[in-house]
Amino acid sequence: MNKHMQYLASQAVAGKLTRRDFLGKAAALGFTAVSANLLLSGAAKAAGPQKGGTIKVGIQGGGASDSLDPALGANATASQVTRLWGEPLLELDPQGGIWPRLAESYEASADARVWTFKIREGVTFSNGKTLTADDVLATMDRHSGEDTKSGALGIMRGIKAMRAEGNDFIVELDTPNADLPYLLTDYHLAIQPDGGKDDPAAGIGTGPYILKSVEPGVRFVAEKNPNYWDDSLGHAEAIELIVINDDTARVAALQSGQVHMINRVPPRTAKLVDRAPNINVQTTSGPGHYVFIMHTNTAPFDNKDLRLALKYGINRQELVDKILSGYGSVGNDTPINSSYPLFTQLEQREYDPDKAAFHLKQSGFDGSVLLRTSDNSFPGAPDASALFQQSAGAAGINLEIKREPNDGYWSEVWNNKPFCTSYWGGRPTQDQMFTTAYLSTADWNDTRFNNEQFDQMLVAARGELDEGKRTQMYADMSTILRDEGGLICPMFNDFVDGVSTEVGGWVDAKQGFELNNFYAPMKMWLAA
Amino acid sequence: MGPALKLVAQRIALGLLLLLAVSALIFAGTMILPGDVAQSILGQSATPEALANLRAELGLNDPPVQRYFEWLFNALQGDLGTALTNGRSITESIGQRLSNTLFLAFWAAVVAVPLAIFLGLLAVRYKDRWPDKLISAVTLASISIPEFLIGYMLMYLIAVKLRWFPSVSMINDSMSFLEKLSSIALPVAVLTLVVLAHMMRMTRAAILNVMQSAYIETAELKGLSGFQVIYRHAFPNAVAPIVNVVMLNLAYLVVGVVVIEVVFTYPGMGQYLVDHVSKRDVPVVQACGLIFAAVYIGLNLIADVVSILSNPRLRHPK
Repeated sequence: MNKHMQYLASQAVAGKLTRRDFLGKAAALGFTAVSANLLLSGAAKAAGPQKGGTIKVGIQGGGASDSLDPALGANATASQVTRLWGEPLLELDPQGGIWPRLAESYEASADARVWTFKIREGVTFSNGKTLTADDVLATMDRHSGEDTKSGALGIMRGIKAMRAEGNDFIVELDTPNADLPYLLTDYHLAIQPDGGKDDPAAGIGTGPYILKSVEPGVRFVAEKNPNYWDDSLGHAEAIELIVINDDTARVAALQSGQVHMINRVPPRTAKLVDRAPNINVQTTSGPGHYVFIMHTNTAPFDNKDLRLALKYGINRQELVDKILSGYGSVGNDTPINSSYPLFTQLEQREYDPDKAAFHLKQSGFDGSVLLRTSDNSFPGAPDASALFQQSAGAAGINLEIKREPNDGYWSEVWNNKPFCTSYWGGRPTQDQMFTTAYLSTADWNDTRFNNEQFDQMLVAARGELDEGKRTQMYADMSTILRDEGGLICPMFNDFVDGVSTEVGGWVDAKQGFELNNFYAPMKMWLAA
Repeated sequence: MGPALKLVAQRIALGLLLLLAVSALIFAGTMILPGDVAQSILGQSATPEALANLRAELGLNDPPVQRYFEWLFNALQGDLGTALTNGRSITESIGQRLSNTLFLAFWAAVVAVPLAIFLGLLAVRYKDRWPDKLISAVTLASISIPEFLIGYMLMYLIAVKLRWFPSVSMINDSMSFLEKLSSIALPVAVLTLVVLAHMMRMTRAAILNVMQSAYIETAELKGLSGFQVIYRHAFPNAVAPIVNVVMLNLAYLVVGVVVIEVVFTYPGMGQYLVDHVSKRDVPVVQACGLIFAAVYIGLNLIADVVSILSNPRLRHPK
């Protein structure tokens, strides 16, 4: 009840609820006018950013073997740490669209082949060096070079040439790409002095904080960068990241007040956690999805009818309810959902044992299908597989489940065996998601999807600057993927974060990843 | 050289030989892990180019025998190499982690060992009466519950509800000694509960065994009180088996506390090892394995040496 009142008060302060309405609701809930007014003034005091203090973050996903080199970052801790000390050229606007960061502005040529980024002036790195377009060029060069190990290599592929001209950083692409700005928001692409070529893991950048203590897999302490250019970011005096991989321990740390925010609250217990008076559970519907992938070039999955039988044989709503505990949404056998900028709702495919049985009969296949799974592919994957087995069984499909060890799942099973459970974190744009995994020549074409029409449309859509046409093209591609592809995507998982009521400034987001796309510790503040 | 010293020297030589054999086993063992380092480091986001580049850079193409001897030679000089995954010096990282683990193990031992021996003595003194039964019941219950569950229960009660001690046992150099102690209070409590039963019961059994000897009867006939008989006459003769079980539990406190370290987010050796095993960071896994083996062999060696030296027949050769 009190939490509801606090919420109403914050709405009133934010102007989303009139004062009179607020007092009316408060009276209806049994609050006296005095206590309601008190609540309102408290909320007003907490409304604006406050400076100072140390925000502590408990974060899952990180180990002692992590490196500070942004090129090698592959988990949530790496994303979060990089955000503290470094900045990319652009940032995802939580409401959709792009915010300028180190690139003050940008423009594309009419054919979306040549992009010019105007680099912000007067920004210095934490080692005192002034940011120039040459640093940007060197950074991009390091991530796209022949001998790079960068996780961002995939998105740097289409670049033909790059150069720095005065204050401008100019990119020329092989083929037009209207989405380039979205790609450059990738956290791997934090701008480093001379591109980090001297010492990529030095942690020197232009970010709002400067790393003071680094213990990989344990703890990171960063203090406010006194020369940071943007006042709206970095309210706390210091930020302390504590790596807490154990789910129960992470939630306990939040409950006991040892940390102010955590990522990845386990969906099973999220509702219980939200009931605690000092904690809010924040959810963001994201592009991440839990999937079953079939190789479309390997028997028996090279049979379109068998694929359709399996797609009709899965109960999506049941998986969302039982595996995600409702913290997510049903998928439609395409990797795209409403968190993408140019999303179109297609007709939803439902669980239909009759249709599944029909397609099974059409396929002429009458054996058992082997599905490989492990908890490492996504949390609850073996349970999800068992549910799939049941719902498919009702349609006469004999699904056999093999549980694989967590260890080495990504190297031995995923992208290797013809049918297994997997996870995709999603990408900022449809083009990038499709290019990464569904283009015939994609590096991680984990469904072995090979469709000429799809490939042509993808390339054409990249250069299409008319948004209406482009949206239609993506809708068509999703339809092809849904009907022809090897992807069974039953559900999109929400990002579920836990935030203490001691911090203010949480932003509800339509795009981006967990913890406000990892900007939460910097955007939020300690309410005095 | 007396027979005692000769036995001790033999035992030490045997320990060193064992360590060498273990080092070869560790090296061979890490070779047969599925998957490879490069793939594991880059995870799901590995491109074929990135993989090939990383593999070449990490020297994964040299023959294993050559790599074993290079590794052993460097390890003997205190150089454990650098972690493949992040290029940090393993000796440095392990130095910090090992001192954390030893810190936790030390305080757990400081609480658990005297407590276990005292409870063991108490149980013998009141054999088959209610203190004996109570001690047995409580310690057996605590050893039967999985340690992570004890951890979670204490965390919920003491950290979340009562807020006496923190649930995250993070320790670092900027903390005062008292802050560090308060930080590790919960894991120390869990570890104490976990190792108590074993040591207590061994103490009880060893002393009861001695209590059946003729000289104990003599001591009783002399008119000594129950505790004096146990403390002055029975305990010294039961030292060898007690030291043995104490050392076994100390070894466990150093090498076996992975679960507790994960539950309480304690930056010790166990977590360090687990993080690197999942990334196939072979040099780190080997280094940790070697250190764990050395600790285990060392503590067992101490137990043996104490047993040998506490044997009067060897101390006073005819």
